[in-house]
Amino acid sequence: MAEETLVLPHLELRRRTAERDRGLREKVMSLEEAASFVSDGDHVALGGCTMSRTPTAMIWALVRAKKKNLTVSRSIMSSEGEVLYGSGISEHVITSWFSQGIVWGVSKVMRHYTESGQARFDEWSHMSIGLRYRAGAMGIPYMPVRSMIGSDVNARLGDEVKEVTCPFTGERLLALPALNPDIALIHVQRADAYGNAQLDGLQFMDIDMAMAANRVILTTEQIVSNDSIRRAPDQTRIPFFTVDAVVEVPYGSAPHECYGVYEPFFNHMDALAEQTKKDPEAGIKKYLDDFYYGPSSWSDYLDLLGAAEIVDASRRGRSIYND
Amino acid sequence: MTERKNYTASELLAVMSGRILKDGQIVFAGVGIPLLAATLAQGVHAPGLTILFEGGVIGPFVVPGELPPSTNEQRCTRRANMVLPITDVLLLLQRGYIDVGFMGGAQIDRYGNLNSSFIGDPEKPATRLPGTGGGNDISSLTQMIVAMKHEKRRFVDKVDFITSPGFIDGGSSRADCGLIAGGMFRVVTDLAILDFDDDTKEMKVLALHPGVEPDEVRDNTGFDITIPDHVGRTDPPQKDELAVLRNLDPERLYTA
Repeated sequence: MAEETLVLPHLELRRRTAERDRGLREKVMSLEEAASFVSDGDHVALGGCTMSRTPTAMIWALVRAKKKNLTVSRSIMSSEGEVLYGSGISEHVITSWFSQGIVWGVSKVMRHYTESGQARFDEWSHMSIGLRYRAGAMGIPYMPVRSMIGSDVNARLGDEVKEVTCPFTGERLLALPALNPDIALIHVQRADAYGNAQLDGLQFMDIDMAMAANRVILTTEQIVSNDSIRRAPDQTRIPFFTVDAVVEVPYGSAPHECYGVYEPFFNHMDALAEQTKKDPEAGIKKYLDDFYYGPSSWSDYLDLLGAAEIVDASRRGRSIYND
Repeated sequence: MTERKNYTASELLAVMSGRILKDGQIVFAGVGIPLLAATLAQGVHAPGLTILFEGGVIGPFVVPGELPPSTNEQRCTRRANMVLPITDVLLLLQRGYIDVGFMGGAQIDRYGNLNSSFIGDPEKPATRLPGTGGGNDISSLTQMIVAMKHEKRRFVDKVDFITSPGFIDGGSSRADCGLIAGGMFRVVTDLAILDFDDDTKEMKVLALHPGVEPDEVRDNTGFDITIPDHVGRTDPPQKDELAVLRNLDPERLYTA
């Protein structure tokens, strides 16, 4: 269960880490098995950013497992945040920006749940979120930052941030509390059975997040051999001992993108925006019925997205490597 | 009635703000008008201008017709020099490598404070907006150019919520808060280019766009704005500027 203190005491952080089996062992499992690593009330950090490398499949599994009271943080939230609110698995989101994407305007689902007081959206600056994970990854309790001070973003966070004076220069800075999530969900292009993860393209906050978290569930487009990892160790971004579960999930970020593999499924995103425009709550619940509760498996979910859409997204995705 | 314009308000915004950028600058850009303007500047007068994206991208070239949907998808990385984690690209602002932060705005006040969080009382908002993203970091840590439509409801006396700080309450209040670097440089609208008084830090009109009269600016601004008697005039968008822009955004996603 999540601690009540804002910053996990250092020895408690180390105790939790010491308890984890960090040996080189295989940890491949199903989405359903991996979902059992998440407890009600956990702080769950999501890798990726906006519509990129979102751990959609793992969120899908958590929704189907009917998790409760999760606090969920991410650099920027897109439609997965709407799924969190709509399904009720989380009523508390910590992020810097929350909408489907700029081209669809302000998320009606986010507006509906936050304006009615049904759900909470704690707003931090983008860099502050990143530095919180980084402090967590560094094993220090706070990180000083020069942004957010003077703004109402700072003021609204109350006691979660503190103004400090630099002991060397006397400058005023803001101290950000370290964030060590109970669990991080990260989707990558490839990983081996031990959890060595290689990710292509944009890294977002995933590496700090993996180091900071007390557990990591890795979903991957493809499981590769440990030999192939060892042939290019410079490409490995997340080491196996931070990882607790590895799940192979092709198209695991759909309808969002996975760098070099597929771009966002724009038609699907358009339809979601349209469906949630008039009655956001009914719209998102229908979406969950159709795409989250309805399918019998992840492949069944992909069937619903449609072969033509998958082909189109994949063709656009691969084009990044074609000059 | 002025002669019929051969460009849209968004195109005017992109052209006018692109002209402010200088060759050799490092520019932290949002998608939409800022990205179009920065790419336009690269094509017309600033080939050595470098664009940075919040998603973790240094020096990409945008492919015409493939404008990225946000600063965080793979389209942002086309022909980039480097990709790096979000936290690290934002830290370049704090380190001082960035000349200009460039973004759009939902609501701005006389001291250049921007609101993209709440319309109305934050405790019971009429509208919950998406929030700061990197806006607060960028405006806290570097010189800012903001491009936005000039409307009374957007140009207010005092923003409902300071998401991204301008000059706070004017005078020295920004530095007094601890924000010792950066600040608002220019606000570019479809009516005018605005800057800030050196002492009071109040917004004022630097130049009016073609065909715009001072009263039009006054009527569309929610506070008393200073318009000097001998206020400057901008040159209308040129053919080559519009051509570059239309090639970049043929579907007019951001310039309709």
